[in-house]
Amino acid sequence: MDDVVRLLQLAINGAAAGCIYGMVALGFVLIYKATEMVNFAQGELMMLGAFFAYTFVSILGFNYWVGFVLAIFATAAFGYLLDAIVLRRVIGQPQFAVVMLTLGLAFIFRAVAGAIWGYDAVGFTTPFTNKIANLGGGLVLGQDNLSIIVGTVILCAVLYLFFSRTRLGIAMQASSQNQLAAYYMGIPVRTVFSLIWAISAGVAAVAAMLLVPVQMIDVNMGIVGLKAFGAAVLGGFGSIPGALVGGIVIGVVEQMAGYYLPAGSMELTSNVVLLAVLILRPQGLFGQVIRKRV
Amino acid sequence: MSQLKTDYAQDLVLARKPSSLAWYGLLLAILLLIPHTLSEFYVGEMSFVFIYAIAGVGLMLLTGYTGLVSLGHAAFLGIGAYANAILLAKGVPFALSLPAAGLIAAFAGVVIGIPTLRMSGLYLAIATLAFGSIVGLVAEKWDSLTGGFDGFPVPHPSVLGLVITAPTGVYYLALGVLVLVVLVAMNILRSPLGRAMVAIRDSEISAQSMGINLALYKTVAFAISAGITGLAGALFALYVRHLAPDSFGVLLSIQLVTIVFIGGLGSLQGAIFGAIFVAQLPQVIAIVRDDLPFGIGRMPGLEPSLFGLILVLVIMFEPAGIHGRWLKLKRWCREFPLHRRAAFRRQKTYAKTDRLR
Repeated sequence: MDDVVRLLQLAINGAAAGCIYGMVALGFVLIYKATEMVNFAQGELMMLGAFFAYTFVSILGFNYWVGFVLAIFATAAFGYLLDAIVLRRVIGQPQFAVVMLTLGLAFIFRAVAGAIWGYDAVGFTTPFTNKIANLGGGLVLGQDNLSIIVGTVILCAVLYLFFSRTRLGIAMQASSQNQLAAYYMGIPVRTVFSLIWAISAGVAAVAAMLLVPVQMIDVNMGIVGLKAFGAAVLGGFGSIPGALVGGIVIGVVEQMAGYYLPAGSMELTSNVVLLAVLILRPQGLFGQVIRKRV
Repeated sequence: MSQLKTDYAQDLVLARKPSSLAWYGLLLAILLLIPHTLSEFYVGEMSFVFIYAIAGVGLMLLTGYTGLVSLGHAAFLGIGAYANAILLAKGVPFALSLPAAGLIAAFAGVVIGIPTLRMSGLYLAIATLAFGSIVGLVAEKWDSLTGGFDGFPVPHPSVLGLVITAPTGVYYLALGVLVLVVLVAMNILRSPLGRAMVAIRDSEISAQSMGINLALYKTVAFAISAGITGLAGALFALYVRHLAPDSFGVLLSIQLVTIVFIGGLGSLQGAIFGAIFVAQLPQVIAIVRDDLPFGIGRMPGLEPSLFGLILVLVIMFEPAGIHGRWLKLKRWCREFPLHRRAAFRRQKTYAKTDRLR
């Protein structure tokens, strides 16, 4: 019985970590689907979101929920401007130029965040910090981890409704399927792209807010982005549910590896999973194989 | 270029003009004399530039000519460095350990290339990033092989009976390998393999329809690139004399990619220019550190962010890099005052998409 409970606890904690990876991966996928760019600075956007939240909640003293909303909007605005000012200029350049551009941006963000907020790890108390939920049967979980899972589910529902029910969401789907056709239909494709960057940054901010109870905020927390790549590839890069499932799988496998395998294997998990997926099933769990027509 | 080609043989010559042969000969002569005139510090810095240039040429073949980005080339540099150091420590002569280091790195390149190169170039970037961090972690944890965080002292090798200890020895060695590697690269580029690589870079679809086996040629290009980078790593081991596992991280990979982007994609000269720039930037920062206003110079993380900033600016405003700028300058001088602004206007290629559709 003990073993089952422990396994369940590991699985749920892993799923919570995995939700974070999944949300960061969701950011990659949203941008990739729409603009064919891969944003290597997605983890850094999350880091900025966390620092925005820290500024609002801890420095300016707003209520946690007000700070939550403000941080999301601030990060989203940042994402919008990032696309409008920087990334829009490189449309038409080869894909790897964009990869390098976002990598460069990631380093700049880190330095700027370090200059503004310092290099020490900071944090603030949330309604979920250090609280325990007893689910009965000896299963005890932190509310922080549960809040991550619940938050992810809510976020997914909101995003699903947005993309399937609103005009703007459908316009975004259209521009991601065929830019030219969308443009002919009167969709302002460039603005839509910037809005997608904004949404993606907003998702990163949500991930950051949910991560705050379990992890300190520091300049290097964008490293999560690397693990999220594993999630995105596992899900089949370009599939939104795939990104989340991939994230959860990686989170759970990572917890199990940390518990059953020798030290150091936890850090390796996501990278090993990534390479294994590329070797065994390169299109990922949910990806489709599409051949290019000339 | 200004002269017209009238013969296929002209496409194959290494030096397009006799005068350029003379200039490169002069450059080589000056480089050979440098250890006799400059102090040991500069000789060391020059060898560092050469090592970066070797790695830059390796990565240029991959990124500049085959159109694939690797974000884990520091891993191959590290594999080459550790392979060379470990083989030397086991008593293997340097004449064998150097090529062996290159071969081991190339083999690692094949291993990582076979699964990832079937996919679009994007996957290679992500997979190499993952591979780079795996190699870094393995180097840290595998104490018995790499010495872990205590580091690994590199024995002094002997070449033709001469023990290489002074920086001068490393200098000549690095220069020799660099010249060799550049010649190999130039020869690859005029061979069918090089043509296939450029074809893949320009359009995978048309390359494939011309009968080029994409996976095979990409893997070969990746292996060659990894191998050359491994050679650079072997020399790097001699240069630093003490290997630490954390010196082959993501930052080094980014530096290597920065070399080819700043130097100018698709030119071997660009790899050299980029190497000079990237290898010497930290020195320049160190010199001006105290003179910068607002304490910018003492900001931690200044170096990586500066690399990032330069990378961003180059990609946004001068995608052809230093070499492209140099070509523009040459043309501007030649045509002065009849220079036309539009001569180098960038062509945007909206029609090209990397997405499979």
